[in-house]
Amino acid sequence: MSDSPERISRSVFLRRAAVSGSVLSVPGLLAACGGGGPAPGGSSTTVAQLAKTLHFSNWTLYIDKKGNRHPSLDQFQARYGVTVDYTEDINDNASFFSKIEPDLSRGQSTGRDIIVMTDNSRYPSLLVQKGWVEKLDKSVIPNISNLIPQQRHPSWDPNRDYSLPWQSGFTGIGWNANLTEPVTSMGELLGSKKLRGKVGLLTEFSDTLCLVMAYNGDDPSHITDKTFNRAITTIEKAVHSGQIRQFYGNDYASALANGDLTATMAWSGDIVQLHADNSHLQWQQPDTGGDIWTDNMLIPNGGNAYTASVFMNFVYEPKIAAEIEDYVNYVCPVLGAKAILLKKDPAIAKNTLIFPTTAMLDAAHTIDPEALNNEKYQTTWQNLISA
Amino acid sequence: MGFLHQRRTLAPYLLLAPGMLWLAIFFLVPLGFLVYQSLQSGNIDFGYAFTWAWGNYWDAIKGYRGEFERSFEYAGLATVIALAVSYPVAYWIAFRGGRWKNLLLLFIVAPFFVTYLIRTLAWETILSDHGLVVRLLTDIHLVPSGGRVLATGTAVVAGITYNFLPFMALPLYVSLEQIDHSLVEAAEDLYANKWIAFLRVTFPLSLPGVVAGTLLTFIPAAGDFINAQLLGSPTTHMIGNVINSKFNELIDYPAAAAMSFILMAIILAMILVYARAVGTEKLTG
Repeated sequence: MSDSPERISRSVFLRRAAVSGSVLSVPGLLAACGGGGPAPGGSSTTVAQLAKTLHFSNWTLYIDKKGNRHPSLDQFQARYGVTVDYTEDINDNASFFSKIEPDLSRGQSTGRDIIVMTDNSRYPSLLVQKGWVEKLDKSVIPNISNLIPQQRHPSWDPNRDYSLPWQSGFTGIGWNANLTEPVTSMGELLGSKKLRGKVGLLTEFSDTLCLVMAYNGDDPSHITDKTFNRAITTIEKAVHSGQIRQFYGNDYASALANGDLTATMAWSGDIVQLHADNSHLQWQQPDTGGDIWTDNMLIPNGGNAYTASVFMNFVYEPKIAAEIEDYVNYVCPVLGAKAILLKKDPAIAKNTLIFPTTAMLDAAHTIDPEALNNEKYQTTWQNLISA
Repeated sequence: MGFLHQRRTLAPYLLLAPGMLWLAIFFLVPLGFLVYQSLQSGNIDFGYAFTWAWGNYWDAIKGYRGEFERSFEYAGLATVIALAVSYPVAYWIAFRGGRWKNLLLLFIVAPFFVTYLIRTLAWETILSDHGLVVRLLTDIHLVPSGGRVLATGTAVVAGITYNFLPFMALPLYVSLEQIDHSLVEAAEDLYANKWIAFLRVTFPLSLPGVVAGTLLTFIPAAGDFINAQLLGSPTTHMIGNVINSKFNELIDYPAAAAMSFILMAIILAMILVYARAVGTEKLTG
């Protein structure tokens, strides 16, 4: 919790990026080195097969940072001689997908070796279905055994052949304690007159849907037309009554901090980070349950699967994972990282938003993957938030 | 002799060629592609195919009439307000600016040195619920206690007006500045008072600027989505927001293309009516 100025800058950065569409282009050239077979760990032949540069696209400020450097990436370079071209050009799943889709659909490389996409959007499963991602080279990822058990068999990639989690997070309710009593239920958020016009919902389909469906008493992991329409009606009612100020992406955080929002749906890690400088910001899963999602590392076609796999193995070392976690503050998918942080930064290790309890995991819903690919649902949702 | 003659008749076309080529490549070709795309059907999973899907147009009009209407309402309001604000300013700079003219013009253009997005984001901060502006407006009872300016239609119209104001002010200034002041003096010599002289001489002579300014403001304003996105709420979205979401979020290219085309067609129709009403010669002076 030492580098708080960077923490506050994250939200500012996120909101800027959110509106600009954050087009930071990655150099289109891929290192010529072909993805290779298994290699004996640590020998000089391994180094010879690695690409010179690893092109890694990630979400904004989603990795450890010291000044302008990323210590974990520097360590990777020192050990393997691979420079990491790290670009923070992912701001939301849909926009990022629409950016890489033209290349992938034409069978061209996107110029990236690793991208990070969220499993509560339709895109990771779409990428796998379409054959637009490379298989991991598991022979060089022995550390895959450090993946927490709950994450080992997602429905869209049952054996983790194509993906590994980067971070997870919870969606719940955040509120500004200077302006309101705790807001702990979706009922209050969507209906309380005291909050009128000061409430934010999220543009991400599954975040908002999950929480509203749970509030309606419906099961978000098994969505039917009836329960879907009921959720849409609930949200529409709140929008038309003037309760909802706006649908937000990452930019809700600064609106909450400056008082434009009194309460909003919010992601756990953001509030943990903001809390360091804004102790009046609080976060909780609603009484009817929040939701949990996972951002996944994937190798888009044309990426260097071998080098990318070596990198994934590297970040699954508990020591490296702990260093990243100490800055990022989302939910860590790597076993053993907690033990290291208990010594290094106990406050982080004991924070249940970063290393959640089983009860918290149980209370968190996940979205029905079928619904993510339902065109009708997606269109209805986009119409609701943009029209 | 024949060769020289030929050269002379070719010259205008050669001069036109670069512009025409530019228009053909960067306007006509994409426009054709847009029409082609707007008649496709399918989805992102299975790809899109050309099927003469005229239904896209009907769906766009049926489903988003409210957003179309709101776009023209906001753009119209912003244009009228920008005209009302800019005219006196341009008039004053043209006739009373003296040696400060250039500096004053620079003030009008100054906000343009900052990008559009940052300017609009700045308004988000300026109009924030706990900001100075809202506190002041609350104190003088223009905004009810606990009320807000941000995330309302008013904020969206204000943002559009602010962002496109120079497009109105500059053409106005140019046409006012060109007016031969002896004409106004002549009117006054013929017993017109200042107000009548303005109405009968100055204003008609400045009409080319008014026409150019209103068009330059109204057209981009009608298609704008940034102001509605940053300064508005879910109930103040314009057609630009819908097109953006169709293109970038749903990857529904046919629907987005159909909407873009409808928007363009309506704007074109409005301009034709407008041009007939004020006379096309006013466009060129």
